[in-house]
Amino acid sequence: MKKHKLTLGPLFFNWNADTRRDFYYRIADESLFDTVYLGEVVCSKREPFYASVMPSIYDRLLASGKNVVVSTLALVSSEADLAHIKNCIEQNTLIEANDVACLQALGGKTKHVIGPFINVFNESTLSFLVKNGAYRIVFPAEIPFSSIKKLASNKNTEFEVQVFGKSPLAIAARCYHARASGIKKHECKIICASDEEGLKVSSLDNQELFSVNGTQVLSHGYTVLLNELPLLQKAGVTHFRLSPQTVDMPAVCRIYRDVLDSKTVPSEAIIKLKKITKDTPYINGFFHGVAGMEWVHIPHS
Amino acid sequence: MMELVCPAGTPAALTAAVNAGADTIYCGYNNCTNARNYPGLNFSQKEMTESISFAHSHGVKVLIAVNTFPKAGEEKYWHQALHDAFEAKADAVILADIGVLDYATKKFPKMRRHLSVQASAANDFSIAFYKEHFDIKRVVLPRILSIEEIKSLIDKTGLETEVFAFGSVGPMSEGRCFLSSYITGLSPTSEGVCAPASHVSYKPYDNDTIKSCLGDVTLNHFSKDEAAPYPTPCKGRYKVNSKSLYLFEDPVGLNAMDILSQLRDAGVTALKIEGRQRSKAYVAQTVAAFRKALDSSSHKSLARAAEGGSETFGAYKAGWK
Repeated sequence: MKKHKLTLGPLFFNWNADTRRDFYYRIADESLFDTVYLGEVVCSKREPFYASVMPSIYDRLLASGKNVVVSTLALVSSEADLAHIKNCIEQNTLIEANDVACLQALGGKTKHVIGPFINVFNESTLSFLVKNGAYRIVFPAEIPFSSIKKLASNKNTEFEVQVFGKSPLAIAARCYHARASGIKKHECKIICASDEEGLKVSSLDNQELFSVNGTQVLSHGYTVLLNELPLLQKAGVTHFRLSPQTVDMPAVCRIYRDVLDSKTVPSEAIIKLKKITKDTPYINGFFHGVAGMEWVHIPHS
Repeated sequence: MMELVCPAGTPAALTAAVNAGADTIYCGYNNCTNARNYPGLNFSQKEMTESISFAHSHGVKVLIAVNTFPKAGEEKYWHQALHDAFEAKADAVILADIGVLDYATKKFPKMRRHLSVQASAANDFSIAFYKEHFDIKRVVLPRILSIEEIKSLIDKTGLETEVFAFGSVGPMSEGRCFLSSYITGLSPTSEGVCAPASHVSYKPYDNDTIKSCLGDVTLNHFSKDEAAPYPTPCKGRYKVNSKSLYLFEDPVGLNAMDILSQLRDAGVTALKIEGRQRSKAYVAQTVAAFRKALDSSSHKSLARAAEGGSETFGAYKAGWK
């Protein structure tokens, strides 16, 4: 049986250059990830602030045997955004497309990954995108397992599901980080960099709901699909994405690796994971077809 | 003159829109194939056929929205909706899902295809992709673009554009906003229901305050004499850094009445009034007001019909982002 791969998704948060370098060097040197996605997904204004460290990160990851894919913007709504995507395509061989604009820029010729911000919910869309050059599909956060099961049986394509980290829920042209601070997007001063895991958003009754990350809205809780890993493996999912958070990601990676390799049962893995992730609650509702913010407990046999 | 595209959630609303001066009506079937799948709303095939025949007899076009994203194994409902739209002689279908677009292009090449706002095509490359692969004739532009950006897109793509002139402001990239399903489990993208009424409740908070909830989540507190928006997640009031605010969007309705000439000069083909879920009285009032404005460049305020009671130009003016 083909080995199931662990991937590190693109960093959604606006970490500074030093933090990024330290983080990815450790991923290169100490982690069990097979593939690492780099690239700015949320806001094209951020990249100049950390671009200087990216070439050395890229090289270090490659040198350590990781596959590197460059993820592209989830919402393209300006000339600067388009230029950013074209630049990514010119410089790199493996691209994750997250807006249909990227598919147009790729021109149907280059093999690419479809990221979770392009809706792939059904057979016809999957089939069209594969014919158009996609070799791997990362499913959107909202897709339930009932759909994954029907789509991932397609043998000629690789399938990826986010199994750890805050879930991306929405993307906007408007910057909510700026709005929460009473300033406009064009004068944002990259204020999103001040929250390394996003800005906490609660209801007026103090229920923690979302993390705002610039123009992006994420879940407050971490999606944790450990109980569900065996089901996903059986359904034909080949790649399992952990989204970078401010926790010990190489350690999180080991926990998922052990469950994929049947060295640890999911219930034990969750106990280990809790020690790493501390207070952040876990969610898995989308997988089970219920409210995404819920945690559905699966009894173990 | 710009085409006035008006909503109809029922055959009665369609009649009201025709009588009030709509050039074009858009509507959907009474199931998950359209993005306003609410109880008591939308058309059976019999109603659709009769309504289109009525509209055509008055020189009015009808567009059918089949603009949600089918779940795996359920595409047959969307295919049926396309067959039905063809049979009912719809003037065009409004589509968002790549698979649905592909099917429509192959099976009904001559049926005109518009790209729904749910496809979130906010740049010329995305629009070119849909044009090249699915020969779309018109794109409904996301509500996140300024007039300058709209003009630039029209110049680059050469396609017809339809923009929102009245209704709600959608701050998120549409068709891929999972906030409502995160809270309710029901999906706007696949099931066509954002903040369904079945999950909305209003409860007393204290003596003077009511709270509105979606599912188990509180989306607002407001005093009894304060106009409060319908509790959709993007119009909720939240707490950030212990400050309460409308984080995503203020409780305002979009009204482009005062900038119609700028939209026309930008090259916009059609103006869309949002609100298939609204009453036939709303349809009659807004359609008549926009008809009059387009015909005579005069207008009267629609503030009372706007969402939340006050108005905005939304993204059309610089500074919204």
